[in-house]
Amino acid sequence: MDTLLQQLINGLTLGAVYALVALGYTMVYGIIGLINFAHGEVVMIGTMVAFTVIVSLAGSGMPPLLILGIGLLVAVLACMILGWALERVAYRPLRHAPRLTPLITAIGMSIVLQNVAMIIWGRNYITFPPMINKEIFEVGGASFTNVQVAIVCLAALVMLGLTYLVQRTRIGMAMRATAQNPHVALLMGVDINRVIAMAFIIGSALGALAGCMVGSYYEIAHYQMGFMLGLKAFTAAVLGGIGNMAGAMAGGLLLGIIEALGAGYIGDLTGDFLGSHYQDIFAFVVLIIVLMFRPSGLFGERTGDRA
Amino acid sequence: MNLPRKKFPFWQQHWLGLLLLATALLAVPFVAAMGGQAWVRIANFAILYVFLALGLNIVVGYAGLLDLGYVAFYAVGAYAYALLASPHFGIHLPFWVILPFGAALACLFGVLLGAPTLKLRGDYLAIVTLGFGEIIRIFMNNLNAPINVTNGAQGITLIDPIRIGDFSFSQTSTILGVTLSGPQKYYFLLVALAILVIVVNMRLQDSRIGRAWQAIREDEVAAKACGINTRNIKLLAFAMGASFGGIAGGVFAAMQGFVSPESFSLMESITILAMVVLGGMGHIPGVILGAVLLTALPEALRYGIEPIQQAAFGRMIIDPESLRMLVFGLALVLVMRFRPAGLWPSSLRRRELAEATD
Repeated sequence: MDTLLQQLINGLTLGAVYALVALGYTMVYGIIGLINFAHGEVVMIGTMVAFTVIVSLAGSGMPPLLILGIGLLVAVLACMILGWALERVAYRPLRHAPRLTPLITAIGMSIVLQNVAMIIWGRNYITFPPMINKEIFEVGGASFTNVQVAIVCLAALVMLGLTYLVQRTRIGMAMRATAQNPHVALLMGVDINRVIAMAFIIGSALGALAGCMVGSYYEIAHYQMGFMLGLKAFTAAVLGGIGNMAGAMAGGLLLGIIEALGAGYIGDLTGDFLGSHYQDIFAFVVLIIVLMFRPSGLFGERTGDRA
Repeated sequence: MNLPRKKFPFWQQHWLGLLLLATALLAVPFVAAMGGQAWVRIANFAILYVFLALGLNIVVGYAGLLDLGYVAFYAVGAYAYALLASPHFGIHLPFWVILPFGAALACLFGVLLGAPTLKLRGDYLAIVTLGFGEIIRIFMNNLNAPINVTNGAQGITLIDPIRIGDFSFSQTSTILGVTLSGPQKYYFLLVALAILVIVVNMRLQDSRIGRAWQAIREDEVAAKACGINTRNIKLLAFAMGASFGGIAGGVFAAMQGFVSPESFSLMESITILAMVVLGGMGHIPGVILGAVLLTALPEALRYGIEPIQQAAFGRMIIDPESLRMLVFGLALVLVMRFRPAGLWPSSLRRRELAEATD
């Protein structure tokens, strides 16, 4: 029982991070139908920038929470610029190209960003300085830290804010219109280019936030960390129905919980035949099973039959 | 006078070009050997990738099914060969038993992947195939306990080379007065295999099946309405692409003498896909060009970047390995930016694209 609760808590933390990254994928996909393969790298850059800022401010005598806040802010701003630049350089010129072309540029940008990060931050793991004094809470035999609480609360707040932005503001309405039909949206006076750029910018900001969360949760960062994280988050977005924001949030949480439970119970389930290093398999197995029965994801609408 | 022009077979129309090409292909291993056997190996890998890219071209280029886990089939073929011809299990079967077996096994995996994903469209299919590739890789990495099947991350070593009677492909020998090293012999084997896959690709393209694939690629519902059995035809594309991947994997294992899960990462799938798209999807010469370029470019950069940095700054400023990948990534972006349909697209594609932009 205590394992169950413990794994649920860990899964929730991880799921909150997946959900934030998945939102970045799904917003871009919903509007222009592109898998932004470089998004995982944006998350990684966010972590690295936050790391640099925090380390360089650590000796300045400022209160730790302020330093953390500044690091977060700088990372978010840097990633917003990066997201905007990515769209401008790699995707906008190819908007009418064959479908696979922007996929290859996305992969190219992902390789570029990874190696730029390696040149700047080196190829070793870097330890993220802990800025919050860790407190451990115990509930019913399971333990969790204040960092985990902060991650889940912050993620929930951001998701609420995003929902408000998309459902209630003008730019949100423009986004929904563009997602439904870009041509008609254009006729209604929506500046499509601005909307698409906004999707990239908001998605990247969420990514930077998620990156900082991962950094302070695991207290470690690496130039290749964005790859697997991006992959999982993308899986989460597809699980929920890609292009659907509520789906991305639910898919992220679900994936995090499934993974944590899977890692906790796989040994018992298979009589110790498969160990916990099979953790990464769960995401994909669940994805394949879900898509077999619901080909457009859990919350996805049935799209037309033309691919 | 409008006599119908007699249509000559392909080889009669292009006999001069083919002759030149054959001479060039014959010369490559000897020219490359002047720079050292390493260059022959690079040439071998270029051809192996031509083989792989053309196999993937059947799935992505012809049938329009975006497969991001193609390397799984390559891995299945390689591990099939490695397990059946190495001291790991003490089994040493000859290659002409294992290669067809590996192809059949990869084909089975192709159908296994294809069957549950038939209903999926576009990008949903992409992520499932990607997940499938990762699952295969994770199993190869971890199937060393409790029963040691794949030897985990260490991989399998001492794999038998391809051998016909006493003629081993791994040793230097003299045939008709010409001395051939191991890699040079593999080169000719690979060229033979590549020609096989090119002929299969060409014949498929204009066949009933090829046109069915094209119809599915353009509009699946319309294809179905025209009486095409979309389920079987899509499965056939998966199975065929997978079989080629399996054969390539077997040859890879024999040539290297060593396999490990590291060779079958997602990046490998992506590189093969990049070869197909960068060259010109669905167009055989384009795909070949893409494969050769993307194999040669990183190697050329490997030899080019160090001296250039030395000359410009007098010392190494940036880690050459990451700079090499950086240039590789930039090249992908730039090529796609300025030639969105690929470097050498088919004339049909080019026309479609021109119409779309009007």
